[in-house]
Amino acid sequence: MKDQILPFIIETTRSIAEEQGIEVSGELDEATRLFGEGGLLDSLALVSLVLAVEQGIEEKFGARVEIADDKALSQKNSPYRTIGTLAAYAAQELEAHRAAG
Amino acid sequence: MSERRVTLITGTRKGIGRFLAEHYVAQGHQVIGCSRQPPEWEHERYLHISADVTDEAQVKELFARLRREVGRLDHLVNNAGIAAMNHSLLTPYATVRRVMETNLGGTFLFSREAAKLMQRAKYGRIVNFTTVAVPLKLEGEAAYVASKAAVEGLTQVMARELGQYGITLNAIGPVPIATDLIRAVPKDKIEALVGRQAIRRLGSCEDVANVCDFFLQPASGFVTGQIIYLGGV
Repeated sequence: MKDQILPFIIETTRSIAEEQGIEVSGELDEATRLFGEGGLLDSLALVSLVLAVEQGIEEKFGARVEIADDKALSQKNSPYRTIGTLAAYAAQELEAHRAAG
Repeated sequence: MSERRVTLITGTRKGIGRFLAEHYVAQGHQVIGCSRQPPEWEHERYLHISADVTDEAQVKELFARLRREVGRLDHLVNNAGIAAMNHSLLTPYATVRRVMETNLGGTFLFSREAAKLMQRAKYGRIVNFTTVAVPLKLEGEAAYVASKAAVEGLTQVMARELGQYGITLNAIGPVPIATDLIRAVPKDKIEALVGRQAIRRLGSCEDVANVCDFFLQPASGFVTGQIIYLGGV
């Protein structure tokens, strides 16, 4: 599931960064840090990314998952630390949603 | 903007909510209303979606339907609310929870979901409801006043968080208006309250609609995080 979501998150991150006038140098991958020290996005862009990912999952997979989280802005534990952790978290929520039927 | 304005109002079955729904239908808006029970009235530009504002799943389903069937949202008016008039020492905890869930929880859920939709268009107006009982620190309404003070805080913080998205949040604080909400309040209490206003009369739905019109208009894009109390409180 994560493999299916990852390319879509990379693409969405790139378009949100462009939309917010943030320069993206080089390739984006699982290890790309999204926010905090050395992070690509500011908090406004991060919120836009998370919302775009929620909307994208609804459009692509027909599932309304919420990837809002209380640890969102924690440097250490945030599921949005990197593109990889965000993809893993979104995949986990999507699987839980499907399992719940 | 040439398209028809889309306005979502909570608690439209009766009282101020119904008045505002009809007011904005008359102004040409597409109005979506909600309440737990369906209303006894209808209009071709009014879509009613039955939902309990405290039920997150129902609120999300309402917004999913709104996205599917209407596709956008310009205005949200968080009118739904309940009151509890009682001395704090005589108030059951269940009442406090119910008041907080409806007034604060409902306002939060609708504002969050509406803002998700509005931020795509970089435009939105959210109007919340507080009460003059907050600045007057009205005795006998501890739970109600606390819930509305929380709505004021929510309004002001979300205004700062959402300003960048072109979304404004403001609140109206009405004085007592002759609706079901105050029907059970003793007459002398209402008179004492009206006596503390600069302009001593009951409020009307038109007074509320006037302030709401101001907050919703496109030209009010630089007005956010503000609380306007009626009656000069």
